[in-house]
Amino acid sequence: MGQELTRAQKLWKLFVTSLYISAFTFGGGFVIITFMKRKYVDEFHWIDDKEMLDLTALAQTSPGAIAVNAAILVGWRVGGVPGAALAVLGTVIPPVIIILVISLFYAAFAANKYVALVLKGMQAGVAAVILDVVCNLGKKVAERKSLIDLFIVLGAFAATFFFKVNVVFIILIAGLIGVLRATLLKPKGVEK
Amino acid sequence: MIYLYLFWNFLQVGLFSIGGGYAAMPLIQSRVVTENAWLTMSEFTDLVTIAEMTPGPIVINAATFVGVRIAGVGGALAATFGSIFPSLFIVSLLAFVYYRYKTLSLLQSILASFRPAVVALIAGAGLSILKLVAFSGGGIAAENLNYIGILLFAAAFFALRQWKPNPILVMSLCGAGGLALGLLFG
Repeated sequence: MGQELTRAQKLWKLFVTSLYISAFTFGGGFVIITFMKRKYVDEFHWIDDKEMLDLTALAQTSPGAIAVNAAILVGWRVGGVPGAALAVLGTVIPPVIIILVISLFYAAFAANKYVALVLKGMQAGVAAVILDVVCNLGKKVAERKSLIDLFIVLGAFAATFFFKVNVVFIILIAGLIGVLRATLLKPKGVEK
Repeated sequence: MIYLYLFWNFLQVGLFSIGGGYAAMPLIQSRVVTENAWLTMSEFTDLVTIAEMTPGPIVINAATFVGVRIAGVGGALAATFGSIFPSLFIVSLLAFVYYRYKTLSLLQSILASFRPAVVALIAGAGLSILKLVAFSGGGIAAENLNYIGILLFAAAFFALRQWKPNPILVMSLCGAGGLALGLLFG
Protein backbone atom coordinates (compact mmCIF):
# COMPACT_ATOMS: atom_id res chain seq x y z
CA MET A 1 0.00 0.00 0.00
CA GLY A 2 1.66 3.25 1.03
CA GLN A 3 5.07 1.88 2.08
CA GLU A 4 7.13 2.27 -1.07
CA LEU A 5 6.12 5.81 -1.91
CA THR A 6 8.93 8.30 -2.44
CA ARG A 7 8.76 11.49 -0.42
CA ALA A 8 7.43 13.50 -3.37
CA GLN A 9 4.75 10.90 -4.05
CA LYS A 10 3.72 10.91 -0.43
CA LEU A 11 3.41 14.71 -0.36
CA TRP A 12 1.39 14.66 -3.57
CA LYS A 13 -0.93 12.02 -2.14
CA LEU A 14 -1.32 14.11 1.01
CA PHE A 15 -2.25 17.17 -1.04
CA VAL A 16 -4.74 15.36 -3.26
CA THR A 17 -6.33 13.63 -0.25
CA SER A 18 -6.69 16.97 1.57
CA LEU A 19 -8.35 18.49 -1.51
CA TYR A 20 -10.70 15.55 -1.78
CA ILE A 21 -11.67 15.48 1.89
CA SER A 22 -12.21 19.24 2.01
CA ALA A 23 -14.32 19.34 -1.14
CA PHE A 24 -16.72 16.65 -0.02
CA THR A 25 -17.09 17.30 3.69
CA PHE A 26 -20.20 19.15 4.73
CA GLY A 27 -20.84 19.98 8.35
CA GLY A 28 -17.89 21.26 10.24
CA GLY A 29 -14.67 20.25 11.91
CA PHE A 30 -15.65 17.00 13.56
CA VAL A 31 -16.94 15.47 10.36
CA ILE A 32 -13.72 16.31 8.56
CA ILE A 33 -11.64 14.76 11.34
CA THR A 34 -13.61 11.53 10.96
CA PHE A 35 -12.79 11.51 7.25
CA MET A 36 -9.12 12.22 7.96
CA LYS A 37 -8.99 9.31 10.37
CA ARG A 38 -10.53 7.02 7.76
CA LYS A 39 -7.91 8.00 5.17
CA TYR A 40 -4.72 8.56 7.16
CA VAL A 41 -5.19 5.99 9.92
CA ASP A 42 -7.32 3.20 8.45
CA GLU A 43 -6.38 3.36 4.78
CA PHE A 44 -2.80 4.72 4.48
CA HIS A 45 -1.55 3.74 7.98
CA TRP A 46 0.42 6.99 8.22
CA ILE A 47 -0.73 7.79 11.76
CA ASP A 48 -1.87 5.47 14.54
CA ASP A 49 -5.23 5.54 16.29
CA LYS A 50 -4.15 6.94 19.63
CA GLU A 51 -2.11 9.74 18.10
CA MET A 52 -5.02 10.76 15.87
CA LEU A 53 -7.15 11.20 19.02
CA ASP A 54 -4.52 13.47 20.54
CA LEU A 55 -4.18 15.44 17.31
CA THR A 56 -7.96 15.89 17.34
CA ALA A 57 -7.83 17.28 20.87
CA LEU A 58 -5.03 19.64 19.82
CA ALA A 59 -6.91 20.82 16.73
CA GLN A 60 -9.94 21.49 18.87
CA THR A 61 -7.99 23.31 21.57
CA SER A 62 -6.20 25.65 19.21
CA PRO A 63 -7.91 28.78 17.92
CA GLY A 64 -9.17 28.86 14.33
CA ALA A 65 -10.95 26.40 12.09
CA ILE A 66 -10.70 22.81 13.35
CA ALA A 67 -10.27 21.48 9.80
CA VAL A 68 -7.30 23.77 9.15
CA ASN A 69 -5.74 22.99 12.52
CA ALA A 70 -6.10 19.27 11.92
CA ALA A 71 -4.60 19.64 8.43
CA ILE A 72 -1.55 21.42 9.89
CA LEU A 73 -1.03 18.64 12.45
CA VAL A 74 -1.60 15.70 10.13
CA GLY A 75 0.42 17.31 7.33
CA TRP A 76 3.30 18.10 9.61
CA ARG A 77 3.26 14.56 11.02
CA VAL A 78 3.30 13.03 7.54
CA GLY A 79 5.68 15.36 5.72
CA GLY A 80 7.14 18.04 7.99
CA VAL A 81 6.74 21.70 7.09
CA PRO A 82 6.06 21.10 3.37
CA GLY A 83 3.49 18.49 4.38
CA ALA A 84 1.71 20.96 6.66
CA ALA A 85 1.74 23.64 3.96
CA LEU A 86 0.35 21.28 1.30
CA ALA A 87 -2.33 19.88 3.61
CA VAL A 88 -3.49 23.41 4.53
CA LEU A 89 -3.49 24.45 0.89
CA GLY A 90 -5.52 21.39 -0.04
CA THR A 91 -7.99 22.09 2.76
CA VAL A 92 -8.44 25.76 1.88
CA ILE A 93 -8.63 25.68 -1.93
CA PRO A 94 -12.06 23.98 -2.36
CA PRO A 95 -14.10 26.27 -0.04
CA VAL A 96 -12.37 29.39 -1.41
CA ILE A 97 -13.21 28.48 -5.01
CA ILE A 98 -16.78 27.48 -4.16
CA ILE A 99 -17.45 30.73 -2.28
CA LEU A 100 -15.80 32.85 -5.00
CA VAL A 101 -18.17 31.31 -7.55
CA ILE A 102 -21.21 31.78 -5.29
CA SER A 103 -20.31 35.39 -4.52
CA LEU A 104 -20.30 36.10 -8.28
CA PHE A 105 -23.98 35.19 -8.40
CA TYR A 106 -25.07 36.25 -4.93
CA ALA A 107 -25.84 39.94 -5.64
CA ALA A 108 -27.89 39.19 -8.76
CA PHE A 109 -29.42 36.15 -7.09
CA ALA A 110 -30.52 37.86 -3.88
CA ALA A 111 -32.23 40.67 -5.85
CA ASN A 112 -34.53 38.12 -7.51
CA LYS A 113 -37.97 38.07 -5.83
CA TYR A 114 -38.24 34.28 -5.63
CA VAL A 115 -34.67 33.72 -4.47
CA ALA A 116 -35.19 36.41 -1.81
CA LEU A 117 -38.21 34.48 -0.48
CA VAL A 118 -36.19 31.25 -0.38
CA LEU A 119 -33.29 32.97 1.39
CA LYS A 120 -35.64 34.54 3.90
CA GLY A 121 -37.14 31.14 4.67
CA MET A 122 -33.66 29.67 5.03
CA GLN A 123 -32.74 32.41 7.51
CA ALA A 124 -35.47 31.06 9.79
CA GLY A 125 -33.93 27.59 9.38
CA VAL A 126 -30.43 28.88 10.19
CA ALA A 127 -31.71 30.56 13.38
CA ALA A 128 -33.25 27.22 14.40
CA VAL A 129 -30.05 25.26 13.59
CA ILE A 130 -27.89 27.65 15.61
CA LEU A 131 -30.18 27.75 18.62
CA ASP A 132 -30.43 23.96 18.51
CA VAL A 133 -26.61 23.80 18.68
CA VAL A 134 -26.73 26.25 21.60
CA CYS A 135 -29.14 23.94 23.47
CA ASN A 136 -26.84 20.94 22.91
CA LEU A 137 -23.70 22.82 23.96
CA GLY A 138 -25.53 24.42 26.89
CA LYS A 139 -26.57 21.00 28.15
CA LYS A 140 -22.94 19.87 28.15
CA VAL A 141 -21.88 22.93 30.14
CA ALA A 142 -24.76 22.44 32.60
CA GLU A 143 -23.68 18.83 33.18
CA ARG A 144 -20.48 20.08 34.78
CA LYS A 145 -22.61 21.68 37.51
CA SER A 146 -20.07 24.42 38.11
CA LEU A 147 -21.04 27.77 39.58
CA ILE A 148 -18.14 29.49 37.83
CA ASP A 149 -19.37 28.12 34.49
CA LEU A 150 -22.86 29.44 35.18
CA PHE A 151 -21.40 32.82 36.05
CA ILE A 152 -19.36 32.86 32.80
CA VAL A 153 -22.41 31.90 30.71
CA LEU A 154 -24.66 34.60 32.19
CA GLY A 155 -21.94 37.23 32.23
CA ALA A 156 -20.85 36.57 28.65
CA PHE A 157 -24.42 36.51 27.39
CA ALA A 158 -25.38 39.81 29.09
CA ALA A 159 -22.13 41.38 27.85
CA THR A 160 -22.62 40.39 24.21
CA PHE A 161 -26.39 40.63 23.82
CA PHE A 162 -27.41 43.55 26.04
CA PHE A 163 -24.25 45.59 26.45
CA LYS A 164 -22.68 44.89 23.03
CA VAL A 165 -19.24 44.38 24.55
CA ASN A 166 -16.53 43.53 22.00
CA VAL A 167 -16.45 39.73 21.51
CA VAL A 168 -12.65 39.63 21.60
CA PHE A 169 -12.72 41.19 25.06
CA ILE A 170 -15.23 38.63 26.34
CA ILE A 171 -13.08 35.74 25.06
CA LEU A 172 -10.00 37.21 26.72
CA ILE A 173 -11.79 37.54 30.07
CA ALA A 174 -13.02 33.94 29.83
CA GLY A 175 -9.47 32.80 29.04
CA LEU A 176 -8.17 34.71 32.03
CA ILE A 177 -10.74 33.06 34.29
CA GLY A 178 -9.63 29.72 32.80
CA VAL A 179 -5.97 30.37 33.60
CA LEU A 180 -6.78 31.49 37.15
CA ARG A 181 -8.91 28.46 37.64
CA ALA A 182 -6.28 26.06 36.31
CA THR A 183 -3.56 27.53 38.50
CA LEU A 184 -5.40 28.52 41.71
CA LEU A 185 -8.05 25.85 42.04
CA LYS A 186 -7.31 22.21 41.55
CA PRO A 187 -8.73 21.51 38.09
CA LYS A 188 -11.70 19.28 38.54
CA GLY A 189 -14.24 17.91 36.13
CA VAL A 190 -11.89 18.09 33.17
CA GLU A 191 -13.39 15.94 30.49
CA LYS A 192 -11.73 12.60 29.85
CA MET B 1 -4.37 49.57 2.43
CA ILE B 2 -7.56 47.51 2.30
CA TYR B 3 -5.79 44.13 1.88
CA LEU B 4 -3.85 44.62 5.08
CA TYR B 5 -6.98 45.77 6.89
CA LEU B 6 -8.94 42.70 5.76
CA PHE B 7 -6.01 40.49 6.73
CA TRP B 8 -5.86 42.08 10.19
CA ASN B 9 -9.60 41.78 10.86
CA PHE B 10 -9.77 38.13 9.83
CA LEU B 11 -6.59 37.40 11.74
CA GLN B 12 -8.54 38.46 14.85
CA VAL B 13 -11.39 36.14 13.88
CA GLY B 14 -8.94 33.25 13.46
CA LEU B 15 -7.13 34.07 16.68
CA PHE B 16 -10.14 34.36 18.95
CA SER B 17 -12.49 31.70 17.63
CA ILE B 18 -11.84 28.83 19.97
CA GLY B 19 -13.76 25.57 19.65
CA GLY B 20 -14.28 25.68 15.90
CA GLY B 21 -17.31 26.05 13.65
CA TYR B 22 -20.06 27.95 15.39
CA ALA B 23 -17.61 29.59 17.80
CA ALA B 24 -16.33 31.69 14.89
CA MET B 25 -19.77 33.11 14.14
CA PRO B 26 -20.03 35.75 16.88
CA LEU B 27 -16.51 36.95 15.99
CA ILE B 28 -17.30 37.20 12.30
CA GLN B 29 -20.47 39.09 13.15
CA SER B 30 -18.52 41.46 15.40
CA ARG B 31 -15.80 42.24 12.81
CA VAL B 32 -17.94 42.20 9.68
CA VAL B 33 -21.33 43.59 10.74
CA THR B 34 -20.81 45.58 13.97
CA GLU B 35 -17.33 47.08 13.61
CA ASN B 36 -16.85 47.54 9.87
CA ALA B 37 -20.37 47.39 8.38
CA TRP B 38 -19.05 45.29 5.49
CA LEU B 39 -22.29 43.29 5.48
CA THR B 40 -25.81 44.00 6.76
CA MET B 41 -27.23 41.62 9.35
CA SER B 42 -29.38 40.08 6.61
CA GLU B 43 -26.38 39.53 4.29
CA PHE B 44 -24.46 38.06 7.23
CA THR B 45 -27.30 35.61 7.82
CA ASP B 46 -27.25 34.66 4.13
CA LEU B 47 -23.52 34.11 4.48
CA VAL B 48 -24.07 31.75 7.44
CA THR B 49 -26.68 29.93 5.35
CA ILE B 50 -24.26 29.58 2.43
CA ALA B 51 -21.51 28.43 4.79
CA GLU B 52 -23.82 25.75 6.19
CA MET B 53 -24.75 24.53 2.72
CA THR B 54 -21.21 24.34 1.29
CA PRO B 55 -18.14 22.39 2.36
CA GLY B 56 -15.37 24.05 4.33
CA PRO B 57 -14.96 25.83 7.65
CA ILE B 58 -17.24 28.84 8.23
CA VAL B 59 -14.21 31.07 8.91
CA ILE B 60 -12.79 30.36 5.45
CA ASN B 61 -16.21 30.76 3.81
CA ALA B 62 -16.77 34.10 5.57
CA ALA B 63 -13.28 35.42 4.84
CA THR B 64 -13.56 34.60 1.14
CA PHE B 65 -17.10 35.97 0.83
CA VAL B 66 -16.39 39.25 2.60
CA GLY B 67 -12.92 39.67 1.06
CA VAL B 68 -14.10 39.30 -2.53
CA ARG B 69 -16.99 41.72 -1.97
CA ILE B 70 -14.80 44.39 -0.42
CA ALA B 71 -11.68 44.10 -2.57
CA GLY B 72 -12.04 41.42 -5.27
CA VAL B 73 -10.06 38.18 -5.46
CA GLY B 74 -7.02 39.81 -3.81
CA GLY B 75 -9.22 40.75 -0.88
CA ALA B 76 -10.53 37.20 -0.64
CA LEU B 77 -6.99 35.82 -0.51
CA ALA B 78 -5.83 38.41 2.05
CA ALA B 79 -8.80 37.76 4.34
CA THR B 80 -8.54 33.97 4.01
CA PHE B 81 -4.82 33.98 4.70
CA GLY B 82 -5.47 36.22 7.72
CA SER B 83 -8.00 33.78 9.12
CA ILE B 84 -5.57 30.83 9.05
CA PHE B 85 -2.44 32.80 9.97
CA PRO B 86 -2.73 32.48 13.79
CA SER B 87 -3.40 28.73 13.50
CA LEU B 88 -0.10 28.19 11.70
CA PHE B 89 1.85 29.43 14.71
CA ILE B 90 -0.33 28.40 17.61
CA VAL B 91 -0.96 24.86 16.39
CA SER B 92 2.76 24.37 15.76
CA LEU B 93 3.57 25.66 19.23
CA LEU B 94 0.97 23.46 20.90
CA ALA B 95 2.12 20.45 18.86
CA PHE B 96 5.68 21.11 20.03
CA VAL B 97 4.56 21.27 23.67
CA TYR B 98 2.45 18.17 23.21
CA TYR B 99 5.25 16.06 21.71
CA ARG B 100 7.59 17.28 24.44
CA TYR B 101 5.36 16.65 27.45
CA LYS B 102 2.67 14.36 26.06
CA THR B 103 0.02 15.99 28.21
CA LEU B 104 -2.94 18.15 27.36
CA SER B 105 -4.60 18.47 30.76
CA LEU B 106 -3.70 22.12 31.51
CA LEU B 107 -4.74 23.11 27.99
CA GLN B 108 -7.98 21.23 28.34
CA SER B 109 -8.76 22.80 31.67
CA ILE B 110 -8.28 26.26 30.16
CA LEU B 111 -10.39 25.24 27.17
CA ALA B 112 -13.13 24.13 29.56
CA SER B 113 -13.44 27.72 30.77
CA PHE B 114 -13.75 29.08 27.25
CA ARG B 115 -16.64 26.78 26.55
CA PRO B 116 -19.35 28.48 28.66
CA ALA B 117 -18.39 31.88 27.22
CA VAL B 118 -18.44 30.51 23.69
CA VAL B 119 -21.90 28.99 24.24
CA ALA B 120 -23.17 32.38 25.42
CA LEU B 121 -21.63 34.15 22.42
CA ILE B 122 -23.16 31.68 19.97
CA ALA B 123 -26.50 32.13 21.72
CA GLY B 124 -26.15 35.89 21.25
CA ALA B 125 -25.40 35.50 17.53
CA GLY B 126 -28.28 33.02 17.09
CA LEU B 127 -30.74 35.33 18.87
CA SER B 128 -29.73 38.30 16.75
CA ILE B 129 -30.47 36.19 13.64
CA LEU B 130 -33.80 35.15 15.18
CA LYS B 131 -34.63 38.81 15.85
CA LEU B 132 -33.87 39.61 12.21
CA VAL B 133 -36.20 36.80 11.12
CA ALA B 134 -39.02 37.58 13.56
CA PHE B 135 -39.14 41.34 12.88
CA SER B 136 -38.11 41.37 9.19
CA GLY B 137 -34.96 43.30 10.04
CA GLY B 138 -36.93 46.18 11.63
CA GLY B 139 -37.19 47.22 15.26
CA ILE B 140 -39.06 45.22 17.92
CA ALA B 141 -42.63 46.32 17.16
CA ALA B 142 -45.90 44.53 16.42
CA GLU B 143 -46.18 45.93 12.89
CA ASN B 144 -42.78 44.47 11.97
CA LEU B 145 -43.71 40.91 12.96
CA ASN B 146 -42.98 38.37 10.23
CA TYR B 147 -45.43 35.52 10.87
CA ILE B 148 -44.08 33.27 8.12
CA GLY B 149 -40.56 33.51 9.51
CA ILE B 150 -41.72 32.83 13.06
CA LEU B 151 -43.77 29.83 11.93
CA LEU B 152 -40.84 28.37 9.94
CA PHE B 153 -38.44 28.94 12.83
CA ALA B 154 -40.78 27.26 15.33
CA ALA B 155 -41.34 24.25 13.05
CA ALA B 156 -37.62 23.88 12.28
CA PHE B 157 -36.57 24.23 15.92
CA PHE B 158 -39.16 21.70 17.05
CA ALA B 159 -38.08 19.23 14.34
CA LEU B 160 -34.38 19.63 15.23
CA ARG B 161 -34.96 19.04 18.94
CA GLN B 162 -37.33 16.15 18.31
CA TRP B 163 -35.77 14.15 15.47
CA LYS B 164 -32.25 15.54 14.96
CA PRO B 165 -32.53 15.71 11.16
CA ASN B 166 -29.67 16.86 8.91
CA PRO B 167 -29.41 20.69 9.22
CA ILE B 168 -29.00 21.08 5.44
CA LEU B 169 -32.34 19.30 4.96
CA VAL B 170 -33.99 21.57 7.54
CA MET B 171 -32.69 24.72 5.86
CA SER B 172 -33.71 23.52 2.41
CA LEU B 173 -37.25 22.77 3.64
CA CYS B 174 -37.40 26.21 5.28
CA GLY B 175 -36.32 27.76 1.97
CA ALA B 176 -39.07 25.88 0.12
CA GLY B 177 -41.58 26.78 2.84
CA GLY B 178 -40.56 30.44 2.69
CA LEU B 179 -41.10 30.50 -1.07
CA ALA B 180 -44.48 28.73 -0.94
CA LEU B 181 -45.89 30.72 2.01
CA GLY B 182 -44.44 33.98 0.68
CA LEU B 183 -46.15 33.52 -2.69
CA LEU B 184 -49.45 32.54 -1.05
CA PHE B 185 -49.68 35.18 1.69
CA GLY B 186 -46.75 37.58 1.11
